Amino acid sequence: MSVHDLENLFQQKIDEEVKIEPKDWMPEAYRKTNIRQISQHAHSEIVGMLPEGNWISRAPSLKRKAILMAKVQDEAGHGLYLYCAAETLGMSREEMINDLHSGKAKYSSIFNYPTLTWADMGAIGWLVDGAAILNQVMLCRTSYGPYARAMVRICKEESFHQRQGFESLLVLSKGTDEQKAMCQDAINRWWWPSLMMFGPKDSESTNSDQSMKWKIKRKTNDELRQQFVDMCVEQVKLLGMTLPDPALKWNEARGHYDFGEIDWNEFWNVVKGNGPCNKQRLDARRKAHEEGRWVREAAAAHAEKRKASLNPSKGGTLAAA
Amino acid sequence: MMNFQIRKFYYGDIPDSNSGGDPIDAGSEIPPLGGGGAWPLWEVFIRSKQGLDHKHVGSLKAADAQMAIENARDVYTRRMEGVSIWVVESKYIHASNPDEAESLYDPANDKVYRHPTFYDLPDEVKHM
Repeated sequence: MSVHDLENLFQQKIDEEVKIEPKDWMPEAYRKTNIRQISQHAHSEIVGMLPEGNWISRAPSLKRKAILMAKVQDEAGHGLYLYCAAETLGMSREEMINDLHSGKAKYSSIFNYPTLTWADMGAIGWLVDGAAILNQVMLCRTSYGPYARAMVRICKEESFHQRQGFESLLVLSKGTDEQKAMCQDAINRWWWPSLMMFGPKDSESTNSDQSMKWKIKRKTNDELRQQFVDMCVEQVKLLGMTLPDPALKWNEARGHYDFGEIDWNEFWNVVKGNGPCNKQRLDARRKAHEEGRWVREAAAAHAEKRKASLNPSKGGTLAAA
Repeated sequence: MMNFQIRKFYYGDIPDSNSGGDPIDAGSEIPPLGGGGAWPLWEVFIRSKQGLDHKHVGSLKAADAQMAIENARDVYTRRMEGVSIWVVESKYIHASNPDEAESLYDPANDKVYRHPTFYDLPDEVKHM
């Protein structure tokens, strides 16, 4: 069969909503796009642990500490699901991690912002995880089977992340004047970066978007962003707080909220590595990786030793294991 | 028309060329993964409750079977999803080839008489 025929067959499967599985034929560009997207998603989960890890030891109560630890542990698991999904496309885990550590691979820019107060933990849960969930719910129906399955698992676990964040802000919003101010300040700082998470405006993109055609993505950046804005405008009322955008206004004709212009210079600046914490995040990753080296080596040596002791023909002795 | 495209970037889909962080010379300071690089891949199967089959849930890397079970416990059963775990090294899984699906499953394709609905019985027949 010619490559052209294979491509037609492939597109036909996509159009009929048949999932693509690892051993199926796929265009090289489909493979590459998925590897890039899934590994970036994985890196985002892993780097995403850092801004929150910062607050585990300083959580205001044992309950909040346990919740935060559970959330960060989930994120490590989500990173694993995604690395495994990306590996099915032929890139090794080592390569992906090396690309992250060398600065070659990307992760979501949102994690390059600092977490200055405890209220940031609530704002991240509500806004950042809220934005991520909209994207991830859509990705549950993505065309690549292993990615879709990882997303289903992640979405199941992730809804508690958003709820705990909102609840945490709710407590602050009913607290002292200082606590209320802290809550509003965190919302002010995280609102715009959260809107940036959805990426550039649709008008800045090419019409023939391959990702949509291949159903890797099923909604445009602006569609998801609008959905997020409409959702948050209502939710923030329950907190008795405000969103830092004077242009926010219900638009009867569109049936949606209008909102102000995003600072795209800031967006590209952070993407390009000049955000407040880009360097700090990568340094922390590299350090953790280096300091875990002896653990990985010891585990591998232990496994070798056990294997030898269970298999005397290879020179070991039969241990009473 | 200009031969010019602005790429569309979704969340999680930023091109690698836009380097993040503090880029370092390729391959200079980053030592290869020690030890961990050699850990094999394992497939994980979980029985969600007594009486049900073990079902494939995903995979992970571990130095040996015991570690694979412990990691599977940590990753796949944090919310009481299972009562039993199987792990098997991925290299021992043999899979059918999707390209041969047509010929492989063809023999089952024309045997409708294997299904109960193939048989037309009068309505008076009960409990069958």
